[in-house]
Amino acid sequence: MSLHDIIFWILSLWAIVCAIFVVISRNPVNSVLFLIATFFAISGHYILMNAQFLAIVNIIVYAGAIMVLFLFVIMLMNLNTDTEPQKSRLVHFAALISAGSLLLVVLSAFRKAELTQIPVTDAGDIGLIKVLGKTLFDHYVLPFELSSVLFLAAMVGAMVIGRKEVVEEKSTK
Amino acid sequence: MSIDTFLILEKIILVVIIIAASMGVAAYSTWAERKVAAVMQDRIGPLRAGPFGLLQPLADGGKLFFKEEIVPDNSTKWLFMLAPAMFIFTSLMTSAIIPWGPDFVINGSEGARTVALQVADINIGILYVFGVVSIGVYGIMLGGWASNNKFSLLSAIRAASQAISYELALGLSLIALLMLTGTLSLRTIVEQQHGFWDGNYFTWNFFKQPLGFIIFLVCSFAELNRAPFDMPESESELNMGYHLEYSSMKLGMFLFAEYINMFISSAVLATLFFGGYNFPWMDQVQAAVPSGIFSLICVGVLMAKVVGFILFFMFVRWTLPRFRFDQLLNLGWTKLIPLALFNMLVTGAVILFFFNKK
Repeated sequence: MSLHDIIFWILSLWAIVCAIFVVISRNPVNSVLFLIATFFAISGHYILMNAQFLAIVNIIVYAGAIMVLFLFVIMLMNLNTDTEPQKSRLVHFAALISAGSLLLVVLSAFRKAELTQIPVTDAGDIGLIKVLGKTLFDHYVLPFELSSVLFLAAMVGAMVIGRKEVVEEKSTK
Repeated sequence: MSIDTFLILEKIILVVIIIAASMGVAAYSTWAERKVAAVMQDRIGPLRAGPFGLLQPLADGGKLFFKEEIVPDNSTKWLFMLAPAMFIFTSLMTSAIIPWGPDFVINGSEGARTVALQVADINIGILYVFGVVSIGVYGIMLGGWASNNKFSLLSAIRAASQAISYELALGLSLIALLMLTGTLSLRTIVEQQHGFWDGNYFTWNFFKQPLGFIIFLVCSFAELNRAPFDMPESESELNMGYHLEYSSMKLGMFLFAEYINMFISSAVLATLFFGGYNFPWMDQVQAAVPSGIFSLICVGVLMAKVVGFILFFMFVRWTLPRFRFDQLLNLGWTKLIPLALFNMLVTGAVILFFFNKK
């Protein structure tokens, strides 16, 4: 086993254990923290694959910005086991069905998986920022621009929704 | 895969020196902060411990170590313990990619060996700084939340919204700089600013990006939670905020990490905008002295710039009053971000029309 393999297995174990704890921990703040730990493990995988840019962007965007907002909202709502809402039977039933169908999909995907396959540890230069930038702006410039327009639309949408509430509050007062 | 033993040894020594130096600078920043405050308010400042009160940081550290350790009953214990450690850990992490000086050569028995005064030259350089800055807020947030105190929680929420708002402007102001340098590696950015005058214009990025520098500076005040943006710990309304419930060395770690943050971000500011370890007439000096001494001089120059920035941070703290929180967010979102976008646009246009190297 080379050093790469050892690091790969440590990171994988770390990611899976943390991901399981995200689901099973009772306290939502702990869930968020385990999710952040999972993101770090995934970033580690990116670095193993020589995709340093993706690794750091994963940390900046997900661990650094989105999860801060998650934590922010959870702290404000002050969720804990005492105030956990009792869910109806219907919700339990729906959850059971959706989880069961997900299990089916996962099982059918795993049925053909080859366990002997060696993990990819070095995927060349594609993850480096220079190569990635050139590829994005040469071959994929239209999808790239379209996705940024989509982001802009989403941002404007969020602002419109946020603004509407303020206006309503003022009118009710 | 062969591992170069000397490389590992060299890096370990460098890491130990950098961490020790950060701790030392942070400790003496607390002393300098009191002296600066004293001078600006026409007082004397610390005087009793040693000459000019120079042993004051040791006395403070000793006091904090022997204080009683209190963990509130209703706190989330493991997060309460983890938060200060996380805060100090993230504050030290950035130091890994700062180039502290130029390479120097050691002539050993097995031939010459080039030693780099930088722990890691990674090709994502400045993005790594962003990554560390963006996870740096967790220490404050978790500490504030785990204390189970209303003031601490408010402070944690303030810290989070402030950090996120100012990260955007910080990133945008740097994009303009990166357009000029064309690289993310801090080492290359420093090497591009070689000397002071390249025959036509200043080489330091400050003279090419004055607006970007100002935006970056304002944002680093906000990211550091320094006055006038020290909303998370404003003592008059939140009663010290997120470290209200902390005592003993845990409190010490929070306070200490803030000064380490200040040291490191001064180093980043000096590296990005003020030429890093470069200084005027460095070529002549390089020709005159051996490479080891030259490296030491360069490290000294960088440290002088860092100390200058730290003093500037302190002067501002004792000069300007604290912002109101809505004013703070307003400044971030409606002034700094459009200004940074404008700066980006102008820089792009100038590069396109005047310096297009096709």
